[in-house]
Amino acid sequence: MDITLIWYLVPALVMFCCGVYGFLTRRNMIAMLISLELMLNAVDINFVVFNRYLYPGSMEGWMFTLFGIAIAAAETALAIAIIINLFRVSKNIDVRDATHMKY
Amino acid sequence: MESVGSTICYWIIALAIVIFSVLTVTTRKILRAATYLLFVLFATAALYFKLDYEFLGSVQIAVYAGGIVVLFVFSILLTTRPGDNSEQLESRKKLLGIAGALATAAACGWALCSRCADIFTSAPDMANPTMQEIGTAMLGTGHAQYLLPFEAISVLLLACIIGGVVIARKR
Amino acid sequence: MDITIPVLILAIPLFMFLLLGLAGVKMSHKLAGILGTLGMGTVLVLSYFTAFTYWFSGSPDFIAGTDRLQFTVFNQTWLQFTPDVFNEAGELVKNGLAIKLGFLLDPISALMLIVIPTISFMVHLYSLGYMKGEKGFQRYYAFLSLFSFSMLGLVVATNIFQMYIFWELVGASSFLLIGFFYTLPSAVAACKKAFIVTRFADLGFLIGILVLSFYTNQLDFLPMTQNPSQVLADFGGATFMGASVLTWALVLIFTGGMGKSAMLPLHIWLPDAMEGPTPVSALIHAATMVVAGVYLVARLFPLYMLEDAALTFITVVGAVTAFYAACVACAQIDIKRILAFSTISQIAFMMVSLGVASKHGEAIHEGLGYMASMFHLFTHAMFKALLFLGAGSLIHAVHSNNYTAMGGLRKYMPITHITFLFGCLAIAGIWPWAGFFSKDEILSACYANSPFWGVWMTVVAGMTAFYMFRMYFLIFWWDEPDYAARVKEQEAHGHHASMPHESPLTMTIPLIFLAIVSFCCGWIPFGKLVTFDGHEYHIHIDWSIATMSLVVAAASIAFAAFLYMKKNDRPARMADSCRWLWTAANRRFYWDEIYLFITRRIIFDGICKPIAWFDRHIIDGTMDGLAYVTNSLSVAIKGLQSGKVQMYIWWYLIGAILLGLITAVCIL
Repeated sequence: MDITLIWYLVPALVMFCCGVYGFLTRRNMIAMLISLELMLNAVDINFVVFNRYLYPGSMEGWMFTLFGIAIAAAETALAIAIIINLFRVSKNIDVRDATHMKY
Repeated sequence: MESVGSTICYWIIALAIVIFSVLTVTTRKILRAATYLLFVLFATAALYFKLDYEFLGSVQIAVYAGGIVVLFVFSILLTTRPGDNSEQLESRKKLLGIAGALATAAACGWALCSRCADIFTSAPDMANPTMQEIGTAMLGTGHAQYLLPFEAISVLLLACIIGGVVIARKR
Repeated sequence: MDITIPVLILAIPLFMFLLLGLAGVKMSHKLAGILGTLGMGTVLVLSYFTAFTYWFSGSPDFIAGTDRLQFTVFNQTWLQFTPDVFNEAGELVKNGLAIKLGFLLDPISALMLIVIPTISFMVHLYSLGYMKGEKGFQRYYAFLSLFSFSMLGLVVATNIFQMYIFWELVGASSFLLIGFFYTLPSAVAACKKAFIVTRFADLGFLIGILVLSFYTNQLDFLPMTQNPSQVLADFGGATFMGASVLTWALVLIFTGGMGKSAMLPLHIWLPDAMEGPTPVSALIHAATMVVAGVYLVARLFPLYMLEDAALTFITVVGAVTAFYAACVACAQIDIKRILAFSTISQIAFMMVSLGVASKHGEAIHEGLGYMASMFHLFTHAMFKALLFLGAGSLIHAVHSNNYTAMGGLRKYMPITHITFLFGCLAIAGIWPWAGFFSKDEILSACYANSPFWGVWMTVVAGMTAFYMFRMYFLIFWWDEPDYAARVKEQEAHGHHASMPHESPLTMTIPLIFLAIVSFCCGWIPFGKLVTFDGHEYHIHIDWSIATMSLVVAAASIAFAAFLYMKKNDRPARMADSCRWLWTAANRRFYWDEIYLFITRRIIFDGICKPIAWFDRHIIDGTMDGLAYVTNSLSVAIKGLQSGKVQMYIWWYLIGAILLGLITAVCIL
């Protein structure tokens, strides 16, 4: 039995949808951030899989994934810094309470 | 035709990814969510290994599993009191979330099925990229070489470090 | 001639202005005053030297035989508008239009180089005493220096545009000095009035300059005045609305002079300008700046000679103004206002004198009127500065501008009394005071042109003697008010007050000096020094005219003495007998009211209000409408920006899915 392209893409899609669900429903900002990481990871898998199946000789998708991981790390660090700062101000990391930046 | 071992491997990885992803977003204990995320990331790393990208798998483990998850755990411990559960979700909100996720799944799944359901039967043969190849690809300036993004990412990381320090610093 | 001294004459006052203006705050009053006065003293010496070199050195630059020459010391191109034209051999064919800055030395600029520094130095010296302890003393001296710089730059201008630049500069410094007491609303109103009225006049001046330079393609004085027929040829007989364009240009340029020299109907600013400090009135609004209009006409006189219409216009304006101002001066109470109207009248004398100097392009009596005008400019500067400084001394003593607060002051202020009397005698034209000689020349010139103007101006001269002596008797004779009681009353109110007393030495020295000058400067052989074409002119006093003007003046003085020497009710009865005339003259024949009516009722209500309405309702309304639409739209949709992150995600997700669907539909 061959493991075709779509075999890899379906778990990635499930992962992505879980991320969407979590991002839409969770109120804890860290939980939202975790969901975000899920989505990013799903996209990374897509890059790698397409690269592997379509252009095995070159490394474009591979590189995108590598840089994606680096950017995810940067983004997480910054987001966590913001969240901790917010926590320090309001003793709370519920996303519904952080609504001052409107209008 | 794949070997049976390979197929079994695939199924283990795929199941792990699906199950742990679902658990990550459904558990009510935030520390557990982080742990499940760690498992998902490990499974992803295994996927990379299975696709013959050893270096990428290592990076995945080192940066994601080793770095980011640790950051998550730290921040969770800093911001949550022990025994704190997130409250039960309202069913309306849950339903909405499921609807959103399913809509996404439907849109993307439809695209997947219609476009790439049966293009390639199996993974083509490929020699693993050696460290030398990776190094030249990352630090070269020619075609399909990535010095400029590399440098841009390094500057971005520096900016993030400084920004993180500035934001989280006690005033 | 070396250019160092001419440059220094301009540079020192400018430097003093910058020094006192920038660093004055750090100086003591005394230091600032002495610095300014010393600077002006240096300029005085240098410009005397320059003028005497010009007249008496006999250098071939300045004189050929007995003809005075016009000499350009330097003439630096500043802005080149059109390029110079060269022929194939590389020789200059024709100069392009350019603005230059230079230094022109000729009889009238040398004359002004005497007048301006003399008066300016006297005023600097006088102000040391007069302005003592005033707030902004350093600023005052800085402005005086600025004025001296601008006025000197004006008179030595080599081209009409340089003159225009300095013309505006003197206007600006006049504005600054009139408004010197900027906490007084009346001073602020007066300086704005002066500025705006002269600005309107200068608009005409500018248009005149542009018309002239458009046709002649040059701005320099010398090529135009030395070859007026070429100018006439350049204009080529162009006409506009029934008069030749050259006449229009000249009349427009004269409009600028009318504004500066306060000719009817643009005279309204000058009486109000007396709100400034009195020495400023002496310097700017009596002796120097206000004669700039006369100087301008004199400078371009060869062009004016080409056009009888322009000269007639000048004559009529001058004669009417002279008569009008003399009438008003007879009915004023404020002594500075009387002097202001007297100034207007005397400047009008100079204008008339220029106007009658030529007929059909031929100079009458070899340009007697021109010479007389310059002569009168000189003597008038001296005795009018004297009178103003004397008035300042009086005001300093009694703290009031009105003669009703004065009377019998000859006992208290002997030096002021004698010098003031000298000034009055000079302006009335009594032999041998200076005014007699210059006024006699003017009258001769008028009679030579037409007996009508001669008689007219003789009448005005008689009125001059009358109103000056009316003021003199009312101040120094008449009835003595109870000064002691007034001192007591003021001290009861907590003011410092004292009996009238003679002014300090810094104020009396300029008075004495100017009194001596105005006594004897009539003997200067003016015809040898200043004439319109440089030829020597032999002054011969026409004794028939001289006797008549002397008789008229003496009769006027006697009449004034009869009315005002001792306190009596004759003046009141006279005023009562023709009350309307007295009131009209006292209210300056309602010129200010006419201006107010025109500006408020016609221009503001009739034109400005509709425009303002249009601006407010149509133009602003359009803009407001746009802003309103934008604002209400944003209010309507700002609820989307709720601050709830998960809502944003929802919108994003919906948008992304829709986009995906659209793409899919399009592909299939």
